[in-house]
Amino acid sequence: MLQIERYIRAETPAQAYELCRKKSNVILGGMLWLKQQNRRVSTAVDLCGLGLDKIEETEDSIRIGAMVSLRDMETHPALNALCGSAIADSLCRIVGVQFRNLATVGGSVFGRFGFSDVLTVLMALDAQVVLYNGGTIPLTQFAAMKPERDVLLYILIPKTPVQAVYLSQRITATDFPVLNLAISRREGELRCVIGARPLRAVSFGDDKQLLGEHITEESARAYAEDIASRIILAGNRRAGEAYRRDLCRVLVRRGLLALEDK
Amino acid sequence: MAEMKSVGKSIRKKDSMQLLLGKAVYVDDITPQDCLCVGVLRSPHAHALITEIDTSAALKLPGVACIFTYKDVPQKRFTMAGQTYPEPSPYDRLILDQRLRFVGDAVAIIAADNAKILEKAKKLIKVRYEVLPAVLDFRSAKDNAILVHPEDNWRSLCPVGADNSRNLCAAEVSGDGDVDAVLADCDIVFENTYHTKACSQAMMETFRTYTEIDTYGRLHVVASTQIVFHLRRILANALDIPKTKIHISKPRIGGGFGAKQTAVAEIYPALVTWKTGRPAKMIYTREESMIAGSPRHEMEIRVRLGAMQDGSIRALDVYTLSNTGAYGEHGPTTVGLSGHKSIPLYTGGLHAFRFAYDVVYTNVMSAGAYRGYGATQGIFAVESAVNELAEMLGMDPVAIREKNMVREGQIMPAYYNEVAGACALDRCMKQCAKLFDWEHKRPVRLLPDGKVRTAGVAMAMQGSGISGVDVGSATVKLNDDGFYTLSIGAADMGTGCDTILAQMMAECMDCDVDRITVFGADSDASPYDSGSYASSTTYVTGKAVERACEELKERIISLAAIMLSCDSTELEFLGDCVARLDKSASVSLADIAARSACGNDQALQTTVSHTSPISPPPFMVGMVEIELDRETGSVEILDYTAVVDCGTTVNPALATIQTEGGLVQGIGMTLTEDIHYDSRGRLSENSLMQYRIPTRLETGRLHVEFAPSYEQSGPFGAKSIGEIVINTPAPAIAHAVYRATGVWQRELPITPEKIWQSLQEKK
Amino acid sequence: MEITLTLNGKKITASVDADTLLLHFLRAHGCPSVKCGCESTVCGLCTVLLNGKPVLSCAVLAARADGQSVTTLEGLQEEASDFIGFIADQGAEQCGFCNPGYVMNTIALLRENPDPTDEEICAYLAGNLCRCSGYEGQLRGIRAYLNAKKAGELHG
Repeated sequence: MLQIERYIRAETPAQAYELCRKKSNVILGGMLWLKQQNRRVSTAVDLCGLGLDKIEETEDSIRIGAMVSLRDMETHPALNALCGSAIADSLCRIVGVQFRNLATVGGSVFGRFGFSDVLTVLMALDAQVVLYNGGTIPLTQFAAMKPERDVLLYILIPKTPVQAVYLSQRITATDFPVLNLAISRREGELRCVIGARPLRAVSFGDDKQLLGEHITEESARAYAEDIASRIILAGNRRAGEAYRRDLCRVLVRRGLLALEDK
Repeated sequence: MAEMKSVGKSIRKKDSMQLLLGKAVYVDDITPQDCLCVGVLRSPHAHALITEIDTSAALKLPGVACIFTYKDVPQKRFTMAGQTYPEPSPYDRLILDQRLRFVGDAVAIIAADNAKILEKAKKLIKVRYEVLPAVLDFRSAKDNAILVHPEDNWRSLCPVGADNSRNLCAAEVSGDGDVDAVLADCDIVFENTYHTKACSQAMMETFRTYTEIDTYGRLHVVASTQIVFHLRRILANALDIPKTKIHISKPRIGGGFGAKQTAVAEIYPALVTWKTGRPAKMIYTREESMIAGSPRHEMEIRVRLGAMQDGSIRALDVYTLSNTGAYGEHGPTTVGLSGHKSIPLYTGGLHAFRFAYDVVYTNVMSAGAYRGYGATQGIFAVESAVNELAEMLGMDPVAIREKNMVREGQIMPAYYNEVAGACALDRCMKQCAKLFDWEHKRPVRLLPDGKVRTAGVAMAMQGSGISGVDVGSATVKLNDDGFYTLSIGAADMGTGCDTILAQMMAECMDCDVDRITVFGADSDASPYDSGSYASSTTYVTGKAVERACEELKERIISLAAIMLSCDSTELEFLGDCVARLDKSASVSLADIAARSACGNDQALQTTVSHTSPISPPPFMVGMVEIELDRETGSVEILDYTAVVDCGTTVNPALATIQTEGGLVQGIGMTLTEDIHYDSRGRLSENSLMQYRIPTRLETGRLHVEFAPSYEQSGPFGAKSIGEIVINTPAPAIAHAVYRATGVWQRELPITPEKIWQSLQEKK
Repeated sequence: MEITLTLNGKKITASVDADTLLLHFLRAHGCPSVKCGCESTVCGLCTVLLNGKPVLSCAVLAARADGQSVTTLEGLQEEASDFIGFIADQGAEQCGFCNPGYVMNTIALLRENPDPTDEEICAYLAGNLCRCSGYEGQLRGIRAYLNAKKAGELHG
């Protein structure tokens, strides 16, 4: 049972930051994962009064506030126009509409959960995170960092044209993914992110230049084979490692071909 | 037969609007919120003895009302299974025991002012355990050196082959003809073993009970239960108090599916209220419902099948090993259905059968009753074996069934020699094949994206009540203005039996269903009913309603005879009045009702109890079309078509929903609902986040039709429908998966990873 | 702590603990329609509208609803009455325990998308579990309602 002694609506990011430095305090996201923990919290800090619930376009990026719900991202026209609805594809299978109306992008990204669909797709879209103390850093870097006590304020997605594809394998439609995949190509540069390994998502490029300008069945197969042969995967209750490895091979190949079709 | 006005009509459930508008109708809605909150401290060990338990610190916590341990409870063993006395399930329980038999077994009962204090108190109870080696694999349980129930006061009331010194909850061998000789003469003999796990009913409302001491100093229990009368006995046994001291009420139930045929939660608040005199409530968390509920019995079923080259099935030899877990609720009875409701499907060609079983105790959660009750497991095994035979012979699985299936009028030796008096299984098969388009969906079709489509088939049967055991009763009464009250002890758990029984009464009394109010179920006020389980209510209680109405009509006529100063034989009942046969005079029902309340010594009320010496099986056929991804192992259900023979379909809309609901539960059991115990006996799937029941995105499209037969012994020709509907998905889907992959899946659930694995091995 | 919120159109002020869940708060404040089914945010039984959007009240702190507007089925009896008869005609309410959450989310769906396809209905309601009906009857009911609405058979 989750127990919370005090609830505070932060009035400034600075106040939230000060509060969250104490180990027994916690910043509230959508509360969906938090509520399932058997844990005592001294102060729960709510960021809902900080205006972080907007998706805004700046000159070179789309800025998503940490308190924006997954549902708002899923249904946001500009965001999905940018990535050919890869964001909507990655979110629409997360439990249900009522869940996604609560779950926040900040909570999803900050938690850096292994099973996250959000992390996978945002990494593929070259997102950056804006931290109150840590400043602006690439999401791929943030995803690999150890948890630190900071306040995530925004996610930035560059506005340069990008093609993206999202795929996942699930036991039931709305279950956690057994493996997920987002592939993007921006200005010719390929990024292949694989999550739910069940470890945190990890990103690959095409350093070996296995894919030419046009992806073919053969090159997709070769690339998929290469990734599957070296990615670190593990087994858990939902799937064993060997199955995940073969899934990785299949999804990467299919993802590349789907990307080529876009 | 004359056109019926109410029976056979899709009438709305009487409680539908209240339910859809979210009114307060369930246990927690209608009982006080400020009563004691009851919880259970649960064992972290699969097998242990409590060597020391210290509750003093917890008792000092403000707001803690009481804590009970094994030292505070009666020492007479009982069963929590809701069955007719003497129960086949062994008396192997205490409310709290010094020996703990599974992870989740009750260590202490705590009552506190609220849930928060309760949680704190749990942490303050100090327990020392002597951890014992546990029996976790049911295949090695029989005659294991480790005994789950070594106690001297363990009792088995019925001759079911139970022996606690061998970890045996039940054992039996039965048969007809010389199986070994027939098998020796068969062209083809093969043997396979099928495994099904302990699926959870996962009804949306978890187990819950409220208890208080009433005006008369009795224990009043408001429970979400399917077994109002059995529950009275179970609590009297558990608390060791007279049954006169207990009164059970059942409000609306948020789903049961058999889970609430066991008194899972009731004993805890009952003990608290009985000892403290204070109102108390226990609401199981979802986690408790998952780890300490009453799921399906895990079974491993070995089928030996003997057949001829032409596809005639000559012999079936079935052995079932059933895992009852830590306690024996429904252990001796569920297992019987695994053979007795699978083998008779092939009565048509069968020359001999043998059916043997062992039911063993282990140190996992106790199993119980779940829709299908053992038939589901047995039908998965036998139907799969028949599909394997068809594929082996290259025969159409529909044709092979038509060759061997039970037909109307046949005696079924594997079904206690009952006659298939009403059996439209052959028509179910024809109609289903046509509706589904079996001919075109059966071939394996490769799609451009590499996926394949194909189909599978299975048949099923069940019973209608427990023959010679179940009792259904109805009290029918005429009230002012000429409306009727129907009182029953059967428990509507959402299925709509209140409405269906009212439809039957309306038909009998020639009136509108709205003129009938239904009351149920209450152990003080309702006539006796064994309860809503074993697919009994429509068939057994329904017949009681029909018979009660006949008696009530006679009573109404005899009062009318006094009013019209004539003999009863000169009168006839016409629904809204009683009239002379020559129509020369009549008296309205409202006037008769008014007259009955003034200077009258003839009750316009009657109670009839009914039981049936037979349990006529409903039959059905299910066909499924799947799309399978050979690279990932994913299976998508595209279409599930079922045709059911439940005798007369009393309410087609409700029967359709029953069928669709059962199909989807069956699909869940087959594809996604998995459980795993770790090496220490802890269950991983302890929430609905981990235990994946189907959402509306994985059911495919469902098509249900009926192929009615007429069961002479049933009310208006009806048989049952509640349970049979869960039985076809497992074998039908396993069949389609074989067709798509060339590999038989003989263990449920059939997950994408298992399919993938099997294809890897085939490579 | 003290909170003030608009519950079904009425302003109420109440004292709550920091960790009181909106679900429990609502049940204690005259809204028994709000049900708890899973405690793990996957069943949809506790669906209410928070500022008009469907959310799981088991994952919202009552404190977070301070200053917000909350609507439960108690406050939407008329809107629900438009279509629930069609569900009842199918018998798809069954045990009824999932109904309030399902009805609330259907209201949210129809407000957002008055003419949804079957696929859109299933996608929107995917987070509403039902163990009785097999879902097909619920879909038939909504479809029958939409058809009747289109045919102009509904009044009022």
